[in-house]
Amino acid sequence: MTEWLNVILQGVLIGGLYAMFAAGLSLIFGVMRLVNIAHGDLIVLAAYVALTVTEALGIGPLTSLILVVPAMALIGYALQRLLLNRTLGDDLLPPLLVTFGLSIIIQNGLLEIFTADSQKLKAGAIEIMTYQLSPGIWVGLLPLIQFIVAVAVIAGLQVLFYRTALGRAFRATSDDQSVAQLMGLDTRHVFAMAMALSLAVIAIAGVFLAVRANFDPAIGPARLIFGFESVIIGGLGSMWGTLVGGIILGVSQAIGAQINPGWQLLAGHVVFLVILAIRPQGLFPKVSG
Amino acid sequence: MRKAPLLAVDSIDVFYGDFQALFNVSLKVEPGQVVAVIGANGAGKSTLLRSIAGLMHPRHGDMTFEGASIGHAPAYDVVKRGIALVPEGRRLFPSLSVEENLKIGGQSARPGPWSLDRIYKLFPVLSERRHLPATALSGGQQQMVAIGRALMSNPNLLLCDEISLGLAPIIVRDIYAQLPAIVGDGMSLVIVEQDIAQALKAAAQVYCLQEGRVALQGAAHELTRDAISAAYFGV
Repeated sequence: MTEWLNVILQGVLIGGLYAMFAAGLSLIFGVMRLVNIAHGDLIVLAAYVALTVTEALGIGPLTSLILVVPAMALIGYALQRLLLNRTLGDDLLPPLLVTFGLSIIIQNGLLEIFTADSQKLKAGAIEIMTYQLSPGIWVGLLPLIQFIVAVAVIAGLQVLFYRTALGRAFRATSDDQSVAQLMGLDTRHVFAMAMALSLAVIAIAGVFLAVRANFDPAIGPARLIFGFESVIIGGLGSMWGTLVGGIILGVSQAIGAQINPGWQLLAGHVVFLVILAIRPQGLFPKVSG
Repeated sequence: MRKAPLLAVDSIDVFYGDFQALFNVSLKVEPGQVVAVIGANGAGKSTLLRSIAGLMHPRHGDMTFEGASIGHAPAYDVVKRGIALVPEGRRLFPSLSVEENLKIGGQSARPGPWSLDRIYKLFPVLSERRHLPATALSGGQQQMVAIGRALMSNPNLLLCDEISLGLAPIIVRDIYAQLPAIVGDGMSLVIVEQDIAQALKAAAQVYCLQEGRVALQGAAHELTRDAISAAYFGV
């Protein structure tokens, strides 16, 4: 019994990471109907940026977030302003193709610079610290921090979306681009701010991913899939739904792995497909206006 | 010396792709003046307002506002210069509450007399419903939000596209009854209207568009019914 509780707990905690993969994806789709195929590779890029920063400055991965988050946000702003804004229009295909190309460029660029060797960010003692919650139930400090950060990120995005002028601009632009311009909003800037925010979240997700496990330039697309699945399970347009989606995916994978180590990914995909079949709108779809 | 007009539209040609919607259209708005643009469906009235607001740009000709050229200024820049558009069909943001719709109208942060408080004073019913989604309101109330949203940018020139469309006559009368309170501060107004009687009553100057051209223009009290129907229907 305690064995299963441990499994589910680990699944919940990893679900926080998946929710962070998903939040940026959901944000971008919500604001500008852009499906960012390079999302997973940008997560890996953030991990390599953090690797470079930690090695160059001799600081820990969590401290490096102070630099990695603004650096990725800046990359996001420039990427949107210089490239992706040009692909937006009535047709959904051009941004899909361009971000697909970007995905390949990022993977091969990282391969060229950092080789295919596995890397890992070392966070020191907190990686192995664990607490006993109750007899037999153990929780690692790092997964716990990761989960708390994920909840804070989701809550922060929720507040930003519904309580600030920037969030209001995001929602208005998403509703009606031309009328948003009549309000004095430069939609190219609004989109670039959304991408900057998405990449700031990606930076946090990338660092936690890289502390948790080995990474190499090729693991991006699988993170994209986990992100997509969390978004779809939770329901498009709902931030808290995305967190629940990530947790459901994490728990499914943990249970699958417990039954048979080969079933970890399969169990996640099966649960995703079942939910897609039963509730295609997701568990917490946005209430339409 | 004669004072320069607030807005001067100077011989503009406007296209949707290959289709020409406006031909050599000129129009002047003096400070504090109410100008009506009338005409049948498809005459180019909305296109004219969308062009002034910066959502479309003339291929030939230019427009000047307070002496500066705005012919190729983007819409987000035009509103900051002091032109606000109440779009046809209201076009409120469904994801935003009534109050958020008004606040986003004030996004450009131009100084002036209009504020949330003053909008709520003008349309008290909006104050009661400020936290509802904008689309939960009745048509007339939604039109009030659309007008309030435009006023929040403290424009010197307000463009109203068919504000009576789809509304009960009594609501239209209520909304038009508020016009003097709105223009009282010296704001100029361009109204596009299907309801000719309403337009003639509210405006000092009238332009009649027909198939993208100005078919008739003049002071509202000087135009005869026959001249208007000739210009309106092209008979």
